[in-house]
Amino acid sequence: MCGIVGLFLKDISLEANLGNLLSDMLISMSDRGPDSAGIAIYADKENGRSKFTIQSENAKTDFEALPNYLSKHLNCNVETKVNDTHSVVIVDESATSKFSEVLASFNPEIRIMSRGSSLEIYKEVGLPKQVTQRFNIPQMSGRHGIGHTRMATESAVTTMGAHPFNTGLDQCLVHNGSLSNHNSLRRRLRREGVHIETENDTEVGAAYLTWKMQNGATLGEALESSLEDLDGFFTFVVGTEDGFGVVRDPIACKPAVMAETDQYVAFGSEYRALVNLPEIETAHVWEPEPATVYFWKH
Amino acid sequence: MLEFDLQENGLRKLNSALHDQKENSNQTVWKITNPKGSHAIAVGIDAPIEVNIEGSTGYYCGGMNKQANINVKGSVGPGVAENMMSGKVVIDGDASQYAGATGHGGLLVIKGNASSRCGISMKGINIVVHGNIGHMSAFMAQSGNLVVCGDAGDALGDSLYEAKLFVRGKVKSLGADCEKKEMRPEHLELLEQLLSEAECDAKPEEFTRYGSARRLYNFDIDNSDAY
Repeated sequence: MCGIVGLFLKDISLEANLGNLLSDMLISMSDRGPDSAGIAIYADKENGRSKFTIQSENAKTDFEALPNYLSKHLNCNVETKVNDTHSVVIVDESATSKFSEVLASFNPEIRIMSRGSSLEIYKEVGLPKQVTQRFNIPQMSGRHGIGHTRMATESAVTTMGAHPFNTGLDQCLVHNGSLSNHNSLRRRLRREGVHIETENDTEVGAAYLTWKMQNGATLGEALESSLEDLDGFFTFVVGTEDGFGVVRDPIACKPAVMAETDQYVAFGSEYRALVNLPEIETAHVWEPEPATVYFWKH
Repeated sequence: MLEFDLQENGLRKLNSALHDQKENSNQTVWKITNPKGSHAIAVGIDAPIEVNIEGSTGYYCGGMNKQANINVKGSVGPGVAENMMSGKVVIDGDASQYAGATGHGGLLVIKGNASSRCGISMKGINIVVHGNIGHMSAFMAQSGNLVVCGDAGDALGDSLYEAKLFVRGKVKSLGADCEKKEMRPEHLELLEQLLSEAECDAKPEEFTRYGSARRLYNFDIDNSDAY
């Protein structure tokens, strides 16, 4: 199963309400997957600065000493915004390439959930209601976001097995389905030097897209080629700095429904996820076609 | 008429009240408000009643229906009227995957489009779709009639048995063992009747009939290498 949702706002007056709408959509999908949940939110861009979301099992101690350490070793001004087990860290763009190395030297157990300039990813084990509450997602504003609630099939229920997965800078992916060739593809990608942390199938899908894009493909082209190279069932929703996209495998047995009005474009695994959106009664509602890449940009 | 607010009273209460209706029920017309995409609405009814659902539904709406007339004023999720036995289910909007799957009887009308696997393994149900249908529709369909006023997707009627398929528009591709058939007077008559029951103004002469080439029915020793 698994439940996925996405919301792309055209009307800026809804931006303050993005976290609230997206949390409600995700909570309505709880019975499609109770294991873990996550949300990616595209908030204000930090011009000339890079934004990371990091996660620690010992957030309290780690996040207290971290800002000074980073500031000293990255040689720049560091802002942090601690949010439960996660923290958003903002550094100078010039310090981006050294960030993961310096962070690992502070504590190799701290995980990087997202990299970019506007993307923030929050995910943990638990029901969507608990996860969205602990991170105060309903209070967050933004231009678009995607969410996922997981029913694990291919790997353990852990924070790192939860979705969304960060693909490239400001890019992320959620997945409903299961990939059957993820082991061979993981070996192939590791031979190419791609870092893959877990035994999770979606992480391989995310790494595959990242690798394609590092080799010159656009996100649209990477998604097109995923239809060839990924074997299994998938409905993917992807987020980028300026938009979001949807693609389903050619068999399309994983459900998907979309709605569009003058104010937004929304995605849900089921229509139930969309019923509380503004003016949904008059929205254009349809099922995305199999093996077709859809994309919306601001 | 009985009005039932699904958000207020819940699904179990609704379906249990509908299951209590018998042959001679005098509560013949039901209105269900606030369906909000819920699953399994009006499943397993066995009484000649009318159920009007005021909005879109989730999975399996009207499944296993016997005798009832069910109308949905919206779109439906996967598996609408799955395994229907008799009666009539009419959808004003679109239907998701496997509409009318394994149905034994009755009529399913979809006024919008149906997506993939429409009428998969149908066993006697009649399905009329005013719009288009998706890929793998009527897969292993055994009997009954599937009428499509728009276009059909890939692999129509793959591994088909004796169901009859009528398509007015284009067929993207035919599945294994499905072929174009001659339209005889009895087929035109059948179409006329189904289109009229489905309130569709298409003309029977505009359709093409497809059916089984009957080459996959029996094991052929020459194909043994393929297994």
